Amino acid sequence: MKMNYDLVIVGGGPAGLAAAIAAYDEGIRDILILERENKLGGILNQCIHNGFGLTRFKESLSGPEYAARFVDGVLARNIQVMTETTVLSLTKDKKVTAINTQNGVFVLQAKAVVLAMGCRERSRGALNVAGSRPAGIYSAGTAQKYVNIKGYMPGKSVVILGSGDIGLIMARRMTLEGAKVHAVCEIMPYSSGLKRNIAQCLDDFDIPLYLNHTITKIEGEKRVTGVVISKVDENKKPIPGTEVHFDCDTVLFSVGLIPENELTKGAGLELSPRTRGAVVYQSRETEVEGIFACGNVLQVHDLVDFVSEEAELAGRYAANYILYGKTERDEVRVSNGKNVSYVVPQIIDKNIQGNVKLFFRVTNTFRDCTIIAKCGEQVLLQKKKKIVVPGEMESMLLTEAKLAEANGEIQIELEEKI
Amino acid sequence: MFDVIVIGGGVIGGTILRELTKYKLNVCLLEKENDVCMGQSKANSGIVHAGFDAVPGTLKAKFNVLGNRMMPAYAEELGVKFVNNGSLVVAFSDKEMQTLQALKERGEANGVTDMEILSQAELRELEKNISDEAVGALHAKTGGIVCPYGLTIAAIGNAMDNGAKLYTDFEVVSIEKNGEVFSVRSAYGEEVKGKLIIDCAGQGSGKIAELAGDDTVKIGARKGEYILLDRESGDFVSHTLFFTPTEKGKGILVTPTADGNILLGPTSEEQATPCTDTTAQGLAFVIEKVRKMSKNPPLYNTITSFAGVRAYSDRHDFIIEESKKVEGLILCVGIESPGLTSAPAIAKFVVEELVGNKFVLEKNEAFHGRREAEYFFKHLSIEEKNKIIQKDPSYGKIVCRCEQITEGEILRAIRENPPAKNIDAVKRRTRSGMGRCQGGFCQPFVAELIARENGIALEEVTKNGKGSNLVTGVSK
Repeated sequence: MKMNYDLVIVGGGPAGLAAAIAAYDEGIRDILILERENKLGGILNQCIHNGFGLTRFKESLSGPEYAARFVDGVLARNIQVMTETTVLSLTKDKKVTAINTQNGVFVLQAKAVVLAMGCRERSRGALNVAGSRPAGIYSAGTAQKYVNIKGYMPGKSVVILGSGDIGLIMARRMTLEGAKVHAVCEIMPYSSGLKRNIAQCLDDFDIPLYLNHTITKIEGEKRVTGVVISKVDENKKPIPGTEVHFDCDTVLFSVGLIPENELTKGAGLELSPRTRGAVVYQSRETEVEGIFACGNVLQVHDLVDFVSEEAELAGRYAANYILYGKTERDEVRVSNGKNVSYVVPQIIDKNIQGNVKLFFRVTNTFRDCTIIAKCGEQVLLQKKKKIVVPGEMESMLLTEAKLAEANGEIQIELEEKI
Repeated sequence: MFDVIVIGGGVIGGTILRELTKYKLNVCLLEKENDVCMGQSKANSGIVHAGFDAVPGTLKAKFNVLGNRMMPAYAEELGVKFVNNGSLVVAFSDKEMQTLQALKERGEANGVTDMEILSQAELRELEKNISDEAVGALHAKTGGIVCPYGLTIAAIGNAMDNGAKLYTDFEVVSIEKNGEVFSVRSAYGEEVKGKLIIDCAGQGSGKIAELAGDDTVKIGARKGEYILLDRESGDFVSHTLFFTPTEKGKGILVTPTADGNILLGPTSEEQATPCTDTTAQGLAFVIEKVRKMSKNPPLYNTITSFAGVRAYSDRHDFIIEESKKVEGLILCVGIESPGLTSAPAIAKFVVEELVGNKFVLEKNEAFHGRREAEYFFKHLSIEEKNKIIQKDPSYGKIVCRCEQITEGEILRAIRENPPAKNIDAVKRRTRSGMGRCQGGFCQPFVAELIARENGIALEEVTKNGKGSNLVTGVSK
């Protein structure tokens, strides 16, 4: 068995696939993609709804169709893939320990590694929702897997907590499959899902969205028999007397995604407490040379189109690292200021040529605001926005010329009403 | 015809069952749920108490200290995780420091060894996250932690490997005695006959005794709610931290578990009708107390919350004796804390003394008490893992990502004694689904394995027995 590779990519979802193709096109041939499922494509395989690729391909694809474009690209380039192979651990010197049924446990030595493990859903348990613990409580993604991949209905009468995109998509999916979706509850005053999903998944099916509401009790001994939802105050505390009861047999939780960074942590890499992903340069290289991260394992994206774009960046720079080795750095830190919750990348290396696109999220809904990139008191760039919401990732392009002006930490902040 | 029928598949029933198989006796266990260990034995603190709490002279004091001494070897033999992490009873005032002195003396009267009173500085040395308000502690070095469901399942599995018979979904609805023989019937009309009944039915033990003809057993219910933190925060504390007990009880604790998580709780709430729902108030109370005990508890790493109901007797001590009303009915009831710690000692006493009164105990020479550790694969070396995968490739497939559990381990849990028949049963045996995603990724795979191994449709697979089906039908 071959034990040395130029590039090992952990994860064969959209991020891993795009990174592999980009690295190949940059001249790297000795690439291995490790995928734990039995086929490439990652979570896209169960996302049978459309709307993928509007930005990238200017057409609306289903998840499997979007994935197929990249899978085809990988196959056309003869990039090596091992499916049903789980990576168990990773070290800073780029040893990748993996397991599968054919080869057992094996340790690969890579020159560079791209981390593309994606993310997972927060569970009911993480929220301390009171009540019983019967069957019929699923994360939206698990329910999606049952319906779209396994061909089973997780329930017939449903209440959903969380109006993120997966929650919205599953509200429609369950309805189309004949289930009754009584309500989608959202603890925030706004939905973190895309506007088009609210229109197409809730409004079109007359599914009520309860903003500022959360589930305060789950009932049922063996199987869910009902839930109680309550309105919350500005501190997200349930307001007594606002309880509404729904009879239902299923509760779906769509309450946030968390980058799956067990391997990253195990290798001793620094994680940002804000993104819960690795701290990276604009090349998506982590602070350990030759280890790159991209896609939802780095920061949870809204659209797969942006995952592909980020992964291509990581793939290209991983190729550069393999071809040319380590380079001298000239670092500038990037941080989030007022009304901004995080920025990626967290470090800019001024020795890397080209403009840098900064990605960030705001902390609340703001109208007629200004986004400012500052270095000390010096304003590098500012941009007026009609409306920004936490559910949609924002970006800002810093040109090489602008970057040259920055001689200290860069901060991204949002000024209200200017 | 059985010599002994044990009713109730918790840690007391399980350890007694195993103890019985050391002798030439024909024995069985009746459990009303779809799996063993479905009551308080699965939802408790998992503490192996040192034995300073119980009043000297009580059965609690006697069996706690004996059980504490037996537990390390007992758990090791059954391949169950036990850690001798030591307990700290933390004082927050001079008055509480005095109580600690009294506790220490009580412990010494009970026969507990290796206790010392720690100063504030010594306490901080041991636990870096202890509250600045804590002024000292009683350190009981013999305190430990054990996986409570691991212990129960292993004891029952080992008993079955040694010939005991298990009946699950056997809810006892009638017990008749004809001469020397008891006939026990289930809700589904099954019947087993035996010469001796041991009532270990926990919350249901009063009802079982009554069905057998003894209406003197009065059982109360006390609920305890818990919060469990991710293993990622597993080093938050290393000892089991107790508040100094007051008239109101022992209060909540902060402890590592034998599996490396952090467990917070329990509350203590009297209940007219036993119910394992968690409540917003209960969980808030746990959090408030944890914040008093420790600095910056990593509550953001919460992975689940749950509750267990403890059955206690109106004597407020264990009742371990033959019924005074029904000959041949042995009561092991009201086994609240420190019941888990006491279990091996109670089992030994019940079999050697109480069962020994009824039968001439003849050693079962074929008895084999060792059991291979569960959830063992992860801790093997690469070479050892590869040897296993070569023989059985299913060990090369990871099913549970969070806990890195393989298909081989899940299949083993489904096949070996006591067979896991539902999702939660697999979880308790393997930890698949017990990690931070709480089964989000692995549940559909585990469900398929259960269906395949049992030759049933996926619609028939349950979370924890009849009525808890995972799916309601096929999609369009």
